[in-house]
Amino acid sequence: MRLYAVCVYLFLYAPIAIIALFSFNAGRHASQFTGFSAQWYGKALNNPFVMDALQTSLIAAFLTACFASVLGTMAAIALQGVTGWLRTLFDALIYIAIMIPGIVIGIATLIALVTVFGWLNPLVAALWPEGGTPPQFSMGMHTIVAAHTMFTMALVIIIVRARLSGMDRSLMEASADLFATPWGTFRQVTLPLIAPAILAGFLLSFTFSFDDFIIAFFVAGSETTLPIYIFSSIRRGVTPEINAIGTMVMAASLLLLVLAQVLLRRGAAKSAG
Amino acid sequence: MTQRGRNALLLTPAGLWLLVMLVLPLLVVFVFSFGERGAAGGYVPAFTLEQYANLPARWTAFKNTLILAPLGTIAALLIAYPLAYFLAVRCAPRWRTSMLILVIVPFWTSILIRSYAWIFILGGRGLPALLETIGINDVRFINTPFAVLVGIVYGYLPLMVFPIFVSLDKLDKRLLEASADLGSTPWRTFRQVTLPLSTPGVATGCMLVFILLMGEFLIPAILGGGKVFFVGNALVDLFLQSRNWAYGSAVAMTLVIIMLITVSIYMKFISRLGGHRDDVSLM
Repeated sequence: MRLYAVCVYLFLYAPIAIIALFSFNAGRHASQFTGFSAQWYGKALNNPFVMDALQTSLIAAFLTACFASVLGTMAAIALQGVTGWLRTLFDALIYIAIMIPGIVIGIATLIALVTVFGWLNPLVAALWPEGGTPPQFSMGMHTIVAAHTMFTMALVIIIVRARLSGMDRSLMEASADLFATPWGTFRQVTLPLIAPAILAGFLLSFTFSFDDFIIAFFVAGSETTLPIYIFSSIRRGVTPEINAIGTMVMAASLLLLVLAQVLLRRGAAKSAG
Repeated sequence: MTQRGRNALLLTPAGLWLLVMLVLPLLVVFVFSFGERGAAGGYVPAFTLEQYANLPARWTAFKNTLILAPLGTIAALLIAYPLAYFLAVRCAPRWRTSMLILVIVPFWTSILIRSYAWIFILGGRGLPALLETIGINDVRFINTPFAVLVGIVYGYLPLMVFPIFVSLDKLDKRLLEASADLGSTPWRTFRQVTLPLSTPGVATGCMLVFILLMGEFLIPAILGGGKVFFVGNALVDLFLQSRNWAYGSAVAMTLVIIMLITVSIYMKFISRLGGHRDDVSLM
C-alpha cells in the first residue's frame, strides 16, 4: 500500500522534476542532458516576447483577482439575506458558470462580443461629434479580464459563502444590538472574519487567470498571454527556454498556493477558536 | 436604506457581469447554431437545422471524446481510489495533511506545462528509447490515444483523489473494526462496508473529471499531435481556422447537451444506488 502511494507520487512529480532538470541543461537539445547551466533562464528573462507576455498575464491576473474578489464578496454577502427566485437564479448561474466547459465559454464570449462590437462601433461612430475620432471596441486585455472575472467571481462567491455560513451569526446580531450601523458591523465584525476567505479567493482567481489558456486563447485579440506564448512555442518544438519559463511559472504558482492555503487554514483556526 | 435595497445594490454588479459575460454569450451560441455561415466566414442570420444535420461530419471528434472521456475517468478512478484509501485509512495522521496537499498542488499549477512534460517522457528519446535498450523496438507513444489517456489521468488525478479522500475520511473507522470482529475477510469488509460508504466521493470525483474531460482541448492538442482530437479541438478549428460560427455553435450546443444528459442520467443512477444526494452536489 505504501509502495503504491510512493509510485503515484512519483507519477505526479516526475514530469515536473524532469522539466525543472532540463531547464538547467547546458545543451541546445531539449532531450539530452549535456551539462548544468542557468543560461536558459537568462535567455528567457531577456526575451522581449516572453517579458511582454508575462506582463500581459500578470496585469490580466491582477485585475481579474481584484474584480472577482470585490464583486464576488459583495454578492456572497448579499446572497446571505436573499431567498426566493433571485437566490435560485444566482445559484443556477454560478452552477452554470462552473459547469460549462472553458472552451464553450471562450467561443461563446468571442462570438458574442465580436457581434456586439460589430453593432456598437458604427453606432458610436455615427453619434460621435464631427471631427473627433470615435473609440473602437475590440478584443484585448479588457475582454480577457471580463471573461476571467466571470468564472473566478463564481469561485469567490462559493468560497466566501462557505465561510459566511460557518460564521456565528449572533456576532452580527450583537453588533447591531450595540447600535453599530450596518456598515460598522460589516467593517468591524464581518470583514475581519471573512478576510482570509476573500484573500484565498483573490489568490485562486489570480492563479486561475494566470494559468488559463483556453478562454484567453479566444478572447485575447492581439494580446499574447504567457500560456498562449508557451502553447505556440510548444507547437514549434520543445526548447530548454520553455522549460525554464515553465519552471519559473510553476514555482511562482506554488508560492501563491501555499500562501492561499496558509491563509485559509489560519482563517479556519480563528473561527474555530 | 432597507436591507432589501442594500442586497439588491450589492448583487447588481455580479448579476450584470454574469448576464453580459455568461447568459448573453450562451444565448448567442444557441441562436447562431440555427444560422448559416457567411461567405467570408462568421454568421448570417437564418433559421435552419442544417448545422445540426451536418454534425456527423465531426463524428470522429465526438467519438474520441465519448470514448476517451469515460475511459480517462475510469482510469483516474482506479488509480486514485487506492491512494485516497491509503491517505484516509492507513496513513499516519500527522503526515495526512501534507500528503494530501502534495496531491492537490500539481492540479493548481499550469496544466499546459504539466502536459508538455509528457512530450519528453513519451517522445522518441524518452520511454521508447529506454525500451529499446531492453530490446523492445519501434514503440510509439506520442500522438497516440494512449498518450492522451496518460495525459488525462495525470492531469485530473488530484481532482479524483480529493473527493474520495473526503468521503473515506468521514467514514467511521469503528465500522471497519466491527466488520472484522464479526469475522469478515478484509476484502469483504472493503466490498460491503468501505466501498458503499465512499460512493458519494467516487460519484463527485467521477463527475468533476468527466465534465472537465468533455471540454478538453489542451491535452489532445499537445499529446495527440492532431491525430487524436476531441470536440474541443474541433471547436478551436471551427472558430479560429475555418471561422464557421454557425456550425461551430451547433457543435458547442451539442457538446453541452450531451454533457447535461450524461450528468443527469449519472446523478439519477447514483441516487438510486443509495448514495446521499447532498454529497453528490458539486459545491
